Amino acid sequence: MIQVFTKELNSFLNSLIAYIVISVFLAGIGLLMWVFPDTSVMEYGYADMETLFRLGPYVFMFLIPAITMRMFAEEKKAGTMELLLTKPLTDWQIIFGKYLSGWSLVVFAVLPTVIYYWSIRQLGDPAGNIDTAAVIGSYLGLILLGGVFTSIGVLSSLLTANQIVSFIIAVFLCFIFYSGFSSLAALNNWGRGALLFEQFGILYHYNALSKGLIDTRDVLYFASVITLMLLVTKLILGSRKW
Amino acid sequence: MSIRVNDLIKTFGTQNAVDTLSFEVKDGEIVGFLGPNGAGKSTTMKVITCFLPPTSGVVEVNGHDVVKNPEQVKKILGYLPEHNPLYLDMFVREYLNFIGKVHGMQGSRLKTRINEIVSLCGLTKEQNKKVEALSKGYRQRVGLAQALIHDPKVLILDEPTTGLDPNQIIEIRNLIKSLARNKTVLFSSHIMQEVQALCDRVIVINDGKLVASDTIKTLSADENKRAIIRAEFSNQPDKHELLKIEGVKRVDDLGDGVYRLEVDAHIDARPSIFKFAAEKNAMLLGLRQEEASMETVFQELTKPDKD
Repeated sequence: MIQVFTKELNSFLNSLIAYIVISVFLAGIGLLMWVFPDTSVMEYGYADMETLFRLGPYVFMFLIPAITMRMFAEEKKAGTMELLLTKPLTDWQIIFGKYLSGWSLVVFAVLPTVIYYWSIRQLGDPAGNIDTAAVIGSYLGLILLGGVFTSIGVLSSLLTANQIVSFIIAVFLCFIFYSGFSSLAALNNWGRGALLFEQFGILYHYNALSKGLIDTRDVLYFASVITLMLLVTKLILGSRKW
Repeated sequence: MSIRVNDLIKTFGTQNAVDTLSFEVKDGEIVGFLGPNGAGKSTTMKVITCFLPPTSGVVEVNGHDVVKNPEQVKKILGYLPEHNPLYLDMFVREYLNFIGKVHGMQGSRLKTRINEIVSLCGLTKEQNKKVEALSKGYRQRVGLAQALIHDPKVLILDEPTTGLDPNQIIEIRNLIKSLARNKTVLFSSHIMQEVQALCDRVIVINDGKLVASDTIKTLSADENKRAIIRAEFSNQPDKHELLKIEGVKRVDDLGDGVYRLEVDAHIDARPSIFKFAAEKNAMLLGLRQEEASMETVFQELTKPDKD
């Protein structure tokens, strides 16, 4: 697994993808947090990081599919899939290697924003007036959400040999999982099932975590969606043997 | 027995790509795997290398079943797939390092092995380049180096010389020859001279079925019972007249007075043909006896109308 992980990470670093993803994420979020008046913390007047955690998922919705779209699609197109699958690697080693490399790139992109926490903490009146627990919960939520989006991206990449198709499928699935379920639950015809339906979506659990209360049920939710996506990926990768 | 294929069937949809194919390759043998395009060579190789599962039948590599024990099989196999897929954005050494690590090699052992394989495959000058910057011949060397990095007991090479220029073909062929000591090699090819130069034995398949599995000598000996003579006359004699010449078995009219004659190998028919031409007042413009080569053997064995 570690070999595939290193290979994928190296290919991110060698092909500029990593730098572009990280800098676009930081530039976008930085502009939204500090410059654009509609969303800027300065204009907002409250010492919290809501902008990052509210808009971050939408930035991820496009950035993560962009980093995962090549993972299997490119190997399929270049024929290197045959190379990889005839080496002494299990399917799980290949999937985990690719998945973890994508997720760690996401974590690398999020990490520098910790400096925003420090800045806002200093800017608070009195200084240090910030809900640290909520920030920690939100970070956990954002990173887990990145994990779910990455697993969706890896799965979509395996579905096709065309990177653009893989990107579009991944963006759509991320959107459905993030806010689609909550929006559908708002339809009037679910009755008492509405809450259950909403709980299928990421938003419900993401919001719960961002309150600063780390409930194992929410963490478990993220873990199960990731597991489910990777299981389907394994199933599809293994289907060549049927 | 290094490779054992027993009653292998592989179907895609309703089409039988490989149809009850059985053959064996002994330890240390170099075997050429021949057949026209679409005969099922690559499919068979993909099954042996655990990339595709057999529809039915048993395939074993050094006694390990490819379905039940693929991990063991993959460890002892070196495989160069058709079209030689490579990670173009990797450096040559980086790529070999990755493949070596996948095979569980590490540290100084891996480093020494990479140095060894780089010089064996003649990649010393290119070792610090990106794969995408290499010419086709060098990419093929990288493909071979990749297949050999873990010193596999069994090598499967799927058309290792296609798309190379004649010099590169000879280089790659010599490379295979020098690297193949103490290894079992199964390689597919369209180029008959290559098979003749490299192999102890050939396996010929057509339409997914085995049509021959023998040494080149035996196969050519069968073919040598007949000789082919190409004769060119100034006028166009009748085909049936030509058949009356002693020893002539078959006549093909190739047009423009050129005829392809199949004759008994133990009779030299050329003087009779010359006499025939003189009798018919025709000038003999050309008379050439063709050696039975692997090409003709191949053509005979894989004729579409052959039952």
